Amino acid sequence: MKELVIISGKGGTGKTSITASFAALADHPVLVDCDVDAADLHLVLQPEIQTSETFVSGHVAEIRTGDCTQCGLCMAVCRFDAITDFRVDAMACEGCGACVEFCPEKAIDFPEQECGIWHRSKTRHGSMVHARMHPGAENSGKLVSLLRTEAGKLAERENAGLILVDGSPGIGCPVIASITGADAVLVVTEPTLSGEHDLKRVLQLVSHFRIPAMVCVNKWDINKEMTSQIEALAESMNAVPVGRVPYDAAVTAAQVNARALVESSDGAAARAVRGIWGAIQKQLFAEECCHVAS
Amino acid sequence: MKIAVASGKGGTGKTTLSCAMAFAAQEKVTLLDCDVEEPNSHFFIRPEIEHQEQVFRPVPAVDETKCTGCGECARVCQFNAIVTVNGKTLVFNELCHSCGACVRICPTGALHEVDQPIGQIETGRRDHVRFVSGRLDVGQAMSPPLIRRTLEQADAESLTIVDCPPGTSCPYVTAVKACDAALLVTEPTPFGLHDLKLAVETIRDLGVPFGVAVNRMTEEKNPIQAYCEAEGIPLLIQIPEDRRAAEAYSRGEPINTVMPELNERLAQIPEQLKAMI
Repeated sequence: MKELVIISGKGGTGKTSITASFAALADHPVLVDCDVDAADLHLVLQPEIQTSETFVSGHVAEIRTGDCTQCGLCMAVCRFDAITDFRVDAMACEGCGACVEFCPEKAIDFPEQECGIWHRSKTRHGSMVHARMHPGAENSGKLVSLLRTEAGKLAERENAGLILVDGSPGIGCPVIASITGADAVLVVTEPTLSGEHDLKRVLQLVSHFRIPAMVCVNKWDINKEMTSQIEALAESMNAVPVGRVPYDAAVTAAQVNARALVESSDGAAARAVRGIWGAIQKQLFAEECCHVAS
Repeated sequence: MKIAVASGKGGTGKTTLSCAMAFAAQEKVTLLDCDVEEPNSHFFIRPEIEHQEQVFRPVPAVDETKCTGCGECARVCQFNAIVTVNGKTLVFNELCHSCGACVRICPTGALHEVDQPIGQIETGRRDHVRFVSGRLDVGQAMSPPLIRRTLEQADAESLTIVDCPPGTSCPYVTAVKACDAALLVTEPTPFGLHDLKLAVETIRDLGVPFGVAVNRMTEEKNPIQAYCEAEGIPLLIQIPEDRRAAEAYSRGEPINTVMPELNERLAQIPEQLKAMI
């Protein structure tokens, strides 16, 4: 079983649209939406939810006004400025428990926090694990880890050969949780100065975790020179360029119709995505290929 | 006044809007790039960098001569950043939230805090724009401490525009709740609408007044407009889809240069948000 994570450095580069197309092209993979902050894959794949569970992680401090003597130690101890006027601002509380531990009156409760809800679902292209964080909730990295673990179990049960993960943007906590231990990542980027900058940072991160990387350039024709520059950068950082997708209105049209691009179009972008999928399969299953050949 | 330029999802045009508003402003303005995982506004502002400083956060270190391996630090740590095995105390910096509880609880004074570098803050200038940008070191997971330090560079006297991190979790909340008002940037697509709804839900919890900007508008009547009307959210600007804008962006040029007709509108946004506070 292989696990491929699609990431992007920055958001909005077309990660989810490309993941949805791969879902349609692959043979019943298990799908995971790890962009828990802005989970959009379900908008295309329209999952039918089978089971739902709450995601409980961490704690939040709550001062019991009746028992509080207003000594102020909690405020002195809190490094996150989460306590003012002997009230905890739940949005600012990191759940470190320092105030709870040091309150001389034991007047601070520390209930577990419900951070979101996650689902096991069926889609027309395979099973899917996805979640919704509560607004402003913490621990998105932990939720991402949980989703990947659950996807692994599901893939084993279903004997699926591939787990496709729609990763998180950025280079911080959630994306680190998205890629650790994966077999390969595909970085979707755009031919812009920002895209080049973000690609460099995310490839540094990926090589830090020693994960093989591939790169594809979306909307490559808005700046052809930059596309070549980006592919050269990718190669210099040991990432394999696997293709270019042209700017194509069919991509947004597919989104609006809740279809994957390759399901709804035979245009230039759709053909490019099919080509990229072929190239990725060669990379991802390279070892098995050699095996069969020998 | 501090204005957060934010969005539920990435790539909707936060940086484009932040920089365009900074250039269009008729007064002195400070631009804070708080998207510290992927700071991009310097490509468009092209400031002359005057100052660069390293940012640190405290993490615990163990003095083995004093540590008795009692395990109190590991017990108090909510983030599993400390473990005690066979009387030895080990710290995992990447899991540490720098809350200081372990140092405070240690009965023998065996723990003290050391500074761990997490990123840099750059400051510079271009014309009437003062520029400040935070940049997280690759491999660091915790962006909020660096975001908070970048936000401290706001100018209390004049207008401050904050280019926020995407999403709706800790980094977004850290940046937005420090601001007086927010502009939520979105696109007229199903993804854009879905993520805007999440951003709105979060910002309403935070109690920060806000308006919406639509980027890459193709038709005047779009799902974002209908949603804003139904929710009573002011739609402050719509920027038309234009290949010139995408090409300018790819070269690191602000949209002001290819769509100068937007300047007047952009300059009004801070005033409109001010009226909502």
